[in-house]
Parts: sequence; structure tokens; C-alpha cells
Amino acid sequence: MSLEYILEMNGITKQYGESAVLKDVTLKVRPGEIHALLGENGAGKSTLMNILFGMPVIHLTGGFKGDVLVAGEPANIASPQVAMEKGIGMVHQEFMLIPGFTVTENIKLNREISQPNLVSRILGHELESLDHAAMAADARNALDNVGVKIPEDTLVSALPVGYMQFVEIAREIDKTGVKLLVFDEPTAVLTESEADQLISVMRSIAGSGIAIIFITHRLGEVMKAADTVTVLRDGRLVDRKAISDTTLMELAGMMIGRGGEGIIAPPPRREPLSGRAALHVRDLRVEMPGEMVRGIDLDVLEGEILGIGGLAGQGKVGLPNGVMGLYPTAGEAELFGEKLPLNNPEASLRHGMSMVSEDRRGVGLLLDESIEDNICFNAMQIKGQFLAGPGVFKLKSTRQIREYARKMIKELDIRCTSPAQPVGTLSGGNQQKVCIARALALEPSFLFVSEPTRGIDIGAKALVLDTLVRLNREQGLTIVMVSSELSELRSICDRVVIVAEGKVADILNPDSPDEHFGLAMSGLKAREVAQA
Amino acid sequence: MADQLGKKRQVKDAVRENLREYIVTYVFLALSVLFVILSGRTLQDIFSQLMGRLTRNLFIVLSLIIPIIAGMGINFAITIGAMAAQVGLMLAINWDLQGFTGLLAAAGITLPLAAFFGFLIGSLLNKMKGQETIGSLILGYFANGAYQLLFLFIFGKVIPLSSKVTIVGASGVANTLNLMGGGLYMALDKIWQVPFDVCLYVVSGVILAASITLFLLKKMSRKRFIILASVSVIFSALVAFVPAVGTMVGTTTVPIFVFLLVGLLCLFNVVIMRTRLGQKFRAVGQSRTVANAAGINVNRVRVIAIMISTVLAGWGQIIFIQNLGTLQTYSAHEMVGLYAGASILVGGASLNRATNTQAIVGTLLFHLLFVVSQDAGKTLFGNANVGEFFRVFVAYGVIAVALVMHTWRANMARAKKSTLQA
Repeated sequence: MSLEYILEMNGITKQYGESAVLKDVTLKVRPGEIHALLGENGAGKSTLMNILFGMPVIHLTGGFKGDVLVAGEPANIASPQVAMEKGIGMVHQEFMLIPGFTVTENIKLNREISQPNLVSRILGHELESLDHAAMAADARNALDNVGVKIPEDTLVSALPVGYMQFVEIAREIDKTGVKLLVFDEPTAVLTESEADQLISVMRSIAGSGIAIIFITHRLGEVMKAADTVTVLRDGRLVDRKAISDTTLMELAGMMIGRGGEGIIAPPPRREPLSGRAALHVRDLRVEMPGEMVRGIDLDVLEGEILGIGGLAGQGKVGLPNGVMGLYPTAGEAELFGEKLPLNNPEASLRHGMSMVSEDRRGVGLLLDESIEDNICFNAMQIKGQFLAGPGVFKLKSTRQIREYARKMIKELDIRCTSPAQPVGTLSGGNQQKVCIARALALEPSFLFVSEPTRGIDIGAKALVLDTLVRLNREQGLTIVMVSSELSELRSICDRVVIVAEGKVADILNPDSPDEHFGLAMSGLKAREVAQA
Repeated sequence: MADQLGKKRQVKDAVRENLREYIVTYVFLALSVLFVILSGRTLQDIFSQLMGRLTRNLFIVLSLIIPIIAGMGINFAITIGAMAAQVGLMLAINWDLQGFTGLLAAAGITLPLAAFFGFLIGSLLNKMKGQETIGSLILGYFANGAYQLLFLFIFGKVIPLSSKVTIVGASGVANTLNLMGGGLYMALDKIWQVPFDVCLYVVSGVILAASITLFLLKKMSRKRFIILASVSVIFSALVAFVPAVGTMVGTTTVPIFVFLLVGLLCLFNVVIMRTRLGQKFRAVGQSRTVANAAGINVNRVRVIAIMISTVLAGWGQIIFIQNLGTLQTYSAHEMVGLYAGASILVGGASLNRATNTQAIVGTLLFHLLFVVSQDAGKTLFGNANVGEFFRVFVAYGVIAVALVMHTWRANMARAKKSTLQA
């Protein structure tokens, strides 16, 4: 008899502490199908996969509710080992291959075929000699099943990147009894033609009866490769559809959903923007681990609030960090028509730029120092403000600092006992305001704000956004705001840039349809999709 | 034409790559030749001394290879293996065990002791991944304190010892232990000694016969066959027909048994890499993350690597001491790790790659410099001490250069991967 589903995950609910990351999610995969799993960051895809693989992080945080059936039988997947025994395999996004090993050695890593010898009979299994011929034969077989012609005795380091993925797949297939393979963002590092080849390999694997869960944010590939798609959003199941019953546009919309109400309603501009470029970057490349920027061209207009959105790891955070000189950067940048030297944080600050970092506890603040010192530190170092004394013998002027800190505390409504309170003891929202105050102490003409509302509560969020709008409207400060929350970008920005795979995918109006944002996040332009 | 140019460039690149890889080795070679000339000593004299030093040191240097392949850098904590061996030797003298039996007993005592210490060292190094080389160096110094406590106070006072290893009226084990009395001195060396030339002819003959057979059976490449065959013929011919070379090796004898042990260890280093365990050493050495993802218990593999290395080094120290004839109880182990580490690096090994050949070539060059540096110092500066300082300077210098090169190469590899260059 044939099973209807190889994998059923029913009513899965998972909480980390107080917050629920998965709410009653169901995933059903048929044998031999390619099932796409779609969703934004934080939609719950990785948590769901962690549950499927029995990762320790799940069990250490109190387990989950709901049940998992593999091949129709209830399965208690307590560890990755169990998942492997049940025939569930994973093809990682980061290659899990050893460059100095041959293809065969990688495929057979820790599952070597060996033969007993004199020593191993005494000292055990570990000292058995390897049977290279048998291992090579197995590897060849697996590679043939994947349908790639690379010789099994090549070193992995000598392979083109695109082929490494196939070695990973061959390794999973070589494990006996594989029924379900999870592909985690497999096309992220591939060129277009390599991605096409991968998809055809996935099809042939699926054709042999192995089910595939295909995690990706590239909508185009979902349409091309998958048979069925499950869409998650904010930890809930949005829908499960056959690909033949849906369209690219519909999927994009489902992924983004209604942005909800705008968090705040900014007042309209009194006068239109001048249209001059404040910041002009060309072919900007930033090497920020996990947030690589791979060539961005962008003009930020004087006096606007520009939003930068996109999925995590696509490079949106890399842009401000690169321009501010915090990570190795290449390319060209001009600020108000003046050439901006890159890889030089001091020069960026001197040119009148300032940044509120996304990593406020790590980069933004000296947690053990007082509020006033945190606010004035950069201005003291860069601009020589808040100093008093004759000639070179300048000391920091406690009086000036105190005065300025009081002013900022009042203006930004920082809740504290005194300006001398250590920043580490403040709440997240108030720490964020100290960061903004510190950026403003430099009297910048251009402000980067990166993830300003991360980890702070709703009320504080509105306050922070309000502050930004006020600075923009009253002082004409040009602001670039990077945020993972599309709704807040859409509520205060004049334009929203969506970054995907290290490049600008699209520049949208805040009131563009949800579908267009969804498409941009997967690297597609709405106009081009409509034409196609 | 273009093809030929391409080939030329290839050769040029290969030469440059080789130079970069083995720069330390070449500098050492040049330095050694210069010092040999400056020292003004006869080649015959140098050669026989060098043979003695190879006998003493090769085994210890070879014990460093497995941890390097397992990605743990140079295991300077082999010093602790040497300490274990000295406990074994001291007890063997104490119990008045004679000759070969005595050494066997010492080796037997060394095995569990060194294995246990190796387990502790490995466990500790697992807590400081990435800094194993420096960590093991410091561990060696630390253990020296514990060793002194053991030999000065615990032995003799807590564990009674015979008068063979103590001095009446003083506490602890005597400063110097003599191996001559019990016949431990050269007990391994003396088993079978053969003049160098005879030894060379036999070995060359065996290599020649083996390579011809393998080549005819098509189990060896033509290139390899030609190299092996010509090397064995040329060396034998040099010794047999060139009088200067003949005199140089003339009086030197080879302790066959020790070199058999060294050969066995070389074989062990190769064969173990062809087992399941060896595959794990290599995998863990190249990428802990990937090895872990494949279900390999990374920490356990690393501990095993250190345990093997520590035990082997202990046995190496027994070979060293029996050749020397006296055991300086409180200092014999001090330089073991440093000199062995410097030797293997001189041979062109790095913190993550090492072979038997590199260990042997390195030991040869490093100790050649040792033999001649005192006299060279005398010729150059009129003071033999300068040569003495120089060799300590060189040992540390080589290690420092290796550490810097390691970081430099890692940075180069990272820069190569960088996406900043379009």
C-alpha cells in the first residue's frame, strides 16, 4: 500500500519562554514531492525544522506541542541521530564539506567502509583499515544517482562552488533509507545556471520517491521547482497550496501579509524635497559576516527618510556599517557632493555622518559608563566639544556635559534617575534613546539608524519613531533607517529600498502593494514579473 | 608555442610556491653549510656526531606528527611524556633492572603514565581550541613544577627509594642518575651496530630491488621509480668510489635496532592515517565543524591524538637517555618540546601539516646546526658561548616565525575569499 504522507507534523506549537514562535502549524509532505516552505525571517521555518531534526535547542527549552508522524507512524525524534535513523537528511546552506578531502572521503565521512586487520582485532573497530575501493564505488553510485559526472577522487577544494552542493546531496543519498531530504536555502550561493541544474537534480531525486522540503526565499524557484507550497507568517500557517493553483503574486502577498496599521502617522512635509543627493554610493561592497553587500548603487535624497528593508542576511545591515567604516568596504561614496573616504570611521564621523548601531549593547554603548558620558563621548573625541582649559591641557568639562545631557534627556524623554546613572541599568527603549542622543551630539547632517526598534516594547517603538520623524521635519536631518519590520518602514519613510542578496532589489513607495514588497524580498521586481 | 610558454609559467609558479613553502628549510640549509665551513671541523667528526644526535632525537620529533594532523598544532606538552619516561627510568635504576629488560620496564611504566597525562593534556587543550600550541608550551612549564615536587619530596620521603637513586643526607632523587652501572647505557644501540657504509649498501639494495619489482608490477609511477633508483645508486656509489665521502662515513656505525624503531614509527604514522581513526584525525584537523556535523566526537579524537603523541614522546625520551648514558633528573626534559618542535618546523612542517620526511629532514638540519654552531661561534666571535646562545635563539626564532607564518597564511586565505575585489 502506498502512504499518502511521508511526513506529517500536526498542530505544532512551540514557545521560547513567554513568546510563541509556532502556533498550531501543520506541515504535510507526500512521498516523492518537492514541498516548498516559504516565509519571512521569524516566520518559524527554522524552528519547525529544528523540531523535525530533534535539535537539542528544542528540548532544552521545554519541548513542543503537537505530533510528528514519519511514514504514517508516530515518531519521537529526540535527537538528530534519531532523525537520521528515520531517514531524514539535511543539505546545509553552508557547505559541510572538508576541502582537503576527496569527494569520496567527504561522502563517506564517519561512515567509512573498513575491514578488520590484525591490530583492529585486538584494539577495536577504530583501527580497521579503510576499504578505499568499496568507498569509491559507493560514492560513484551516489553521484550517478544525483546525475553529476564529477570524478569521485577529486579534492573538494578543486571543485567549482556549484558542484559542492551536489557532493552534499550525494552524501545524504548515500545514507541508506533516506526518505526525506531538507534543502535549506540551497540556491543561495549558486549562479543561475547552477541553480537550474540543482533544481533538475532535485526533480530526479524526487522522481525516485524521496520527498524534498525546499526552504527558500526565491519565489521564482518555488514556482519552477515545487509541487506544493506551505506558507508561514509570524509562526502561523497561512496556507498550503498546490503550485498549479497559485501564482507568484499570490505567494508574495501571502508571505508579507497585511502590514497592519501604521505604527505612527507622521505629519506631512511642509515643503517638497530638493531632489539633491545627500549620499551617493556606487558599487558598494561590504564584507560584514552574514550581511554581505555585493555591489549597491544608491542615492539618498537630501531631507528624506529612506527605509532599507529585506530579509536577514541579505545585506541591509551591511550598508550603514560599510559607509560608516565599521567593516571592510570597497566602492565609491560621496556625501553632499564631497568624496567620502571608506574604511575610515573617523572620517565618516567628521564628514557629518552619525549612526545608531543595530548592536546597541556591543557597539553603541559603554554599558558601565553614565548616561552623560555615553552621550558626549564621541562629540568629545571627534569634535573636541565639552572640553575646557588652556591650550593643549584640555580636560573634560563636567558642567557642559551635565547641561547637554539634561537637555537631551528632556528632549528625548529618557526615563532615568539622573544623568549619572549607568546606561546598563536602563531599559532597552531608554538605551536606544541614549544611542540616538549620542548620535545627535555630533550634530550630524546625515543619520543612519539601524534596527532602532529591535528588542523594545510597542510604546517605546512609537516614541523612537516619533523622535526620528521630528528630527527630520524640524531640523531637516536626512535619515536612512534600516529595519526588519516592514510596517515601521512603511509608516515613516518616504521611499523604501529592499535589499536582496547584497543588491538593491527594488525601490518602492510606502503605499506600494504588499505583493511588490514580497517579490522584492525574493529579489524580483514587480514590473518585470508583470511583464513576464 | 603558447603551450610551451604556459608550461614554463607553470614550472615558475611551482618553484615559487615551493620556495614560499620551504623558505625556512632553505635558509637553514644555507646557514648549516656556512657554519660547517666556519667551524673548521672534519666532516668525519661532524658526521659521526650527527648520527648520534639522529639516533637520540628522531623518535621524539616523529611523535609530533599526529597532533599536527589532528589540527592541534605542535604538541609542546610532549615534555610531560618525557617526564613520565624519566619516572620509568628512575624506577628501573632504583629496582636495579639490567640492560634491555630495564629499558623495557621503563617503557612499560611510561605507557600508562604518559597515556594518563596525555588524557589530561588533551582534555585541557579541548577547552582552548585554536591556542593549543601556546597552551601546550605553558603546560610543559607548569608540569615542571609538579615534577620537581614529585622528585624532590614525594619520592624518597613518601615513596621510599633505594640508595641507587638518592644521596644520603639529602632529600629527593639525586641530581644525576648514571645509566652505566645497570648496563642501561646504550642497551638499545648496542643490540646491533653496523658500519654506516655496509648499512647504506644493504638499504640501497633493498630499495632498488623493491622499486624495480613494484615498477615492473606497475604499482609505482615512472617518476618515482627513477628518483628512488637513482638516489640509492648515487649514494652507494659516492660512498664506495669517492674517497672523501668514504672517509667521512668511515668510522660511523648505525644502531640498527633504534633505527628499526624509528622506521616502525614512520610506518605507524602512515598506516594509522589509513584507518577509521586516522580518517577522523584528518577530518577533525581540517574542519571541526564539518567533522562534528558528521557525528564525529571531535573532543574524543583530539584527546586520543594527544595521548598517542605523549606516549610516543615518552618512549622517545627513553631512547634519548639510554644513548646519552646519564639522566639529569631535573633538567633532561626541559628542552625536549622546544627542540623537537623547532626541528619539525625547520623541515618545512607547519602548524597544520607535517610528514615523516619533513620530520627527518628537519631533525637532520636542526641538529647539524647544533653540532657546528659552537665552533662556528668561536671562529666568528672568538667565543664558543656565542654559538650556544645562537642555537637557543634559533630554536625560539624558528617557532616564532612558524606562528607568524601560520597567521599570515590564514589571513591570505581569508583575503582570497573576500568579495571586495569584484
